[in-house]
Amino acid sequence: MTTAGNALRVRSRFVAYLVPIAAVLAALLLGAIMLVLLDADPIEGFKAMFQGAFGSADALTATALKATPLLFVGVGITIAFRANVINIGGEGQMVAGGLLATGVALGLPDWPAVIMLPTVLIAGLIGGALWGAVPGALKAYYGVNEILSTIMLNVVAVQLMNFLLRGPMIDPGEIERGTRIPQTARLQEGADLPLLFGSGRLHIGPLLAVLSAIAAYILLWRTPIGYRLRAVGQSKDAAQYAGMPVKRTIVLAMTLSGALCGLAGAVLVFGSESHRMVTDGSTAGFTGSAGFNGIVAALFGGLHPLWTIPASFLFGGLLVGGNALQRAVQVPTALILALNGLIVVFVVASDRYRRTLQERASEAETAARLAAEAAATPTGPPPDATPPEPPIDTRAEPP
Amino acid sequence: MSQFFTEAVLIATVASGIRLAVPLLLASLGETYGQRSGVLNLGVDGIMLLGAFGGYYAVLETGNVWLGLLVGIGIGILLGLATALISVTLRAEQGISGIGVYLFGLGMSDLLFQRLVGTPTPISKFPKLDIPGLSDIPWLGEMLFQHSIIVYVAFGLVPFSMFVINRTVFGMKIRSVGENPEAADSLGVSVAKVRYATVTIGGMLAGVAGAALAIDLGIFQQNLTNAQGFIAIALVYFGAWRPLGVMAGALLYGFVNALVLQFKTLGIIPQSWSDIAAMAPAVITILALVVVARRFRQPAALTKPFTRGA
Repeated sequence: MTTAGNALRVRSRFVAYLVPIAAVLAALLLGAIMLVLLDADPIEGFKAMFQGAFGSADALTATALKATPLLFVGVGITIAFRANVINIGGEGQMVAGGLLATGVALGLPDWPAVIMLPTVLIAGLIGGALWGAVPGALKAYYGVNEILSTIMLNVVAVQLMNFLLRGPMIDPGEIERGTRIPQTARLQEGADLPLLFGSGRLHIGPLLAVLSAIAAYILLWRTPIGYRLRAVGQSKDAAQYAGMPVKRTIVLAMTLSGALCGLAGAVLVFGSESHRMVTDGSTAGFTGSAGFNGIVAALFGGLHPLWTIPASFLFGGLLVGGNALQRAVQVPTALILALNGLIVVFVVASDRYRRTLQERASEAETAARLAAEAAATPTGPPPDATPPEPPIDTRAEPP
Repeated sequence: MSQFFTEAVLIATVASGIRLAVPLLLASLGETYGQRSGVLNLGVDGIMLLGAFGGYYAVLETGNVWLGLLVGIGIGILLGLATALISVTLRAEQGISGIGVYLFGLGMSDLLFQRLVGTPTPISKFPKLDIPGLSDIPWLGEMLFQHSIIVYVAFGLVPFSMFVINRTVFGMKIRSVGENPEAADSLGVSVAKVRYATVTIGGMLAGVAGAALAIDLGIFQQNLTNAQGFIAIALVYFGAWRPLGVMAGALLYGFVNALVLQFKTLGIIPQSWSDIAAMAPAVITILALVVVARRFRQPAALTKPFTRGA
């Protein structure tokens, strides 16, 4: 009984890890078919993809930079999801964070980096938090579906960005020259993200993202606030009954989620090569769809902040590699977007199966533990007794 | 402002509002079926984009606008079935899988356009159909009865959908599956079959909506729909899951858009403020959602996958 339970547990856990990976491989297989249809060599393409993502120091840097917004967003999404709030508004929150941070940087005198950098990053945090708090409050106090309100706020954010970057925030030089490219002037050097290892392109963004993941882990599993967030996520009614402020907790979840997305936006601006905010008229032009892809990274990491770190890195590699593939076999970049969509669909569609396997593993674990206890103490409960509904555990659940 | 209040401009604005409402109306009527049965399809915009490209390409190659619509229908049905597979059979989180379908549609339609067409080439548009007798009525005739067939079809689908949802056995099944799938299941209604049917209908209408949009404009370009598919989903909430309410929402949108366009052409809104004006639909939607959420309840099983015996 115990051995069988163990075997089941180990097998289920193992397969559960493989499910999202298999989903990505299936999406890539479809991508290969599309490449063949486009008269391109898929083998050559995928070789270029791997080289471009992980094949050199430059490639790894590009991957880490691409993974940074994914990780911020993924961690933010995880916090919201744990409170059972679906935040589809990462795109808009990134734009809002980027805009506020840029606006503050434009308005400030040339402060030294030690004051400047924290100020603008906090501005980004606040911008995203505000953009997240609105749908949170609408959900908590007016019952407005957060999926819809966040999508609509994404649309509002992109128009606001276009308006500000074409008008009030545009680089005065663009008007003088008459080129009118919708972008700000180069922001102060004090706001540049410091480079790691002194040179190259790798700035402290990835480090900040990893720190935010660790902070989110501590928040969710080591603080009363995190306990409240998860309790509301598991059962609103039970949390209400226990006297928790459910509505405020929902607003808090969306605010924290938005804040991290806003920070991602600020890091994109101050870590960019041109050190300015630019728009091509679309949200994706600024975010690279990180607001959506971060959700996939979070699911990939089993909605656990720490597992989201490697998940974001792998997913960032996939996106960077996609660009290398596109250059190597000369197919339109739109292919990468289509492939990206397929990966989202496949990962999400397989997620229910992964969770089922995980639950089966936990059940087997509980059964095994009970059996062991029963064997140790003759007066213990019978091994096949239905275990009582466990309370929300305060430990981290492994994904 | 005074140049707006002339007879010709006012009539033209109303007529173009009705025309602009059509893709939204088609897509949101389709989405209504799905949501009434408990499935939120967030991929409407992606399906519309692929339907739009398919319709555009068919007309470009053959010159036949009806064939274009047919291609839109076919693409919509295929993607509707795929969506049903994802959300009904695989029970995916509907709030996210739809985003995947959207990204796929956005990328794929652009990819196909670049590969198969390349340079934007205009295509023939829908022929106009003046309703005999009615179209001669002063004012009203020009506003309501001098449109293309697809406009009449779209508005005709409103009473048709009301009848199907409220007065037929199929409609009763849709509603019961959306409100209480366990009870429906215990009465022998196949929850999965009903949801497959509604989501496929929704996909089909989204495909038609896209094709109608492309053929109405006579062009295709990257991201042609400009998030209209998402607005269509919001309209279902706006209309409180009722075809008539959905129509009212679609018309409101059509008119707001027509007004903004007209104001821009007449120079009432300066060019630099056009981005702010473009926020209007999304902001109105959010406000409308607040009002609707207080007064109406969504189908109880919306976004909840069904498992027998769970």
